[in-house]
Amino acid sequence: MALFSDLPSYLLPLLVATVCLFALRRRVDVFGSFLEGAEEGLKLLLAITPYVVAIFVAIGLVRESGALEVVSLPLRPLLLPLGIPPEIIPLALTRPLSGSGSLALAAELIARWGPDSYIGRLASVVQSSTDTTLYILAVYFGAVGVTRIRHALWAGLIADLAGFLASVALVKAFF
Amino acid sequence: MLSAIWTFLLVSGIAIGLLRGKGGDLTQILVKAAHQGAETILSLSGVILFWMGIARIAERSGLAEIFSRLVSPLLRRLFPEIPTGHPALGAIAMNVSANLLGLGHAATPFGLKAMEELQKLNPEKDRATDSMVTFLVLNTAGLSLFPVVVVGLRAQYGSQNPADIVVPAFLATCASTLCGLLADRWLRGRKG
Repeated sequence: MALFSDLPSYLLPLLVATVCLFALRRRVDVFGSFLEGAEEGLKLLLAITPYVVAIFVAIGLVRESGALEVVSLPLRPLLLPLGIPPEIIPLALTRPLSGSGSLALAAELIARWGPDSYIGRLASVVQSSTDTTLYILAVYFGAVGVTRIRHALWAGLIADLAGFLASVALVKAFF
Repeated sequence: MLSAIWTFLLVSGIAIGLLRGKGGDLTQILVKAAHQGAETILSLSGVILFWMGIARIAERSGLAEIFSRLVSPLLRRLFPEIPTGHPALGAIAMNVSANLLGLGHAATPFGLKAMEELQKLNPEKDRATDSMVTFLVLNTAGLSLFPVVVVGLRAQYGSQNPADIVVPAFLATCASTLCGLLADRWLRGRKG
């Protein structure tokens, strides 16, 4: 298991080195491309900042005032036997709707409970387990003018639910 | 919709806080939460800028093309409707490869190209074809090898081993992809 779990920690540095060397061999303007991509990253960051602040304030208020306890109290006996902490529910519900919203929620959970806590790890895996179903369907179908999308939404949401349940099971199995 | 949800969260938080006699604390909570949000953006900024720079290099070097050659035989089986040699399959392969490598921004143009090509094969222009649904299910399930931003976020908050979630996260995207494809097959024959 040690080798298995250590491998990913080398993966990123190795990937970075490989990409740069490979690009250099192919005569790509490595440095210029990096600056260009990073500049786009800055735009992305600016675009998600309002979302993140909005979510942190809303969730912070709901949690610190005790409102989250009030709402999640009746859910507790249902969720806890399955190993699902009620704190993760807002993230699971937001994940298919908004990529920046769910990233903000995941960041909030990791900041609040710590990255190596059960909730922190679960938030990390849930955030990574699937993509933003509603956004993708809207953009791609909208681009070609398809309005009858048939079972695409249901299949996408079933995939999201499966990703969530698998995340719970996998985090329990791995840690 | 979002306005209603957000207002509801704020108002219910404030109302319950007031009922519990936390009036003064609420101001503190508001300011602190907003500060934390801004702080999170700052702590994410390094990873996002760096990764998007590297992603652009990978994109320019044609890494996704090499990957797409590896995945296209597999994809061919998922899209039996597409004629051999049709450009739709190439665009799909590039989109899937870019997503696998975590090059999200490079994936979108290929995805749009794939949809355009699939639309050319579509006899009913306002109705999705089987291939379109399968392709988008593949996208929404988010199959990806390495969640860079999440790993960066974990490192920023002092994780002992920020990448220890990579294997379970990859397996979770496999599970959601597999279930999405099965659901697609299962629902396909039904009404609509």
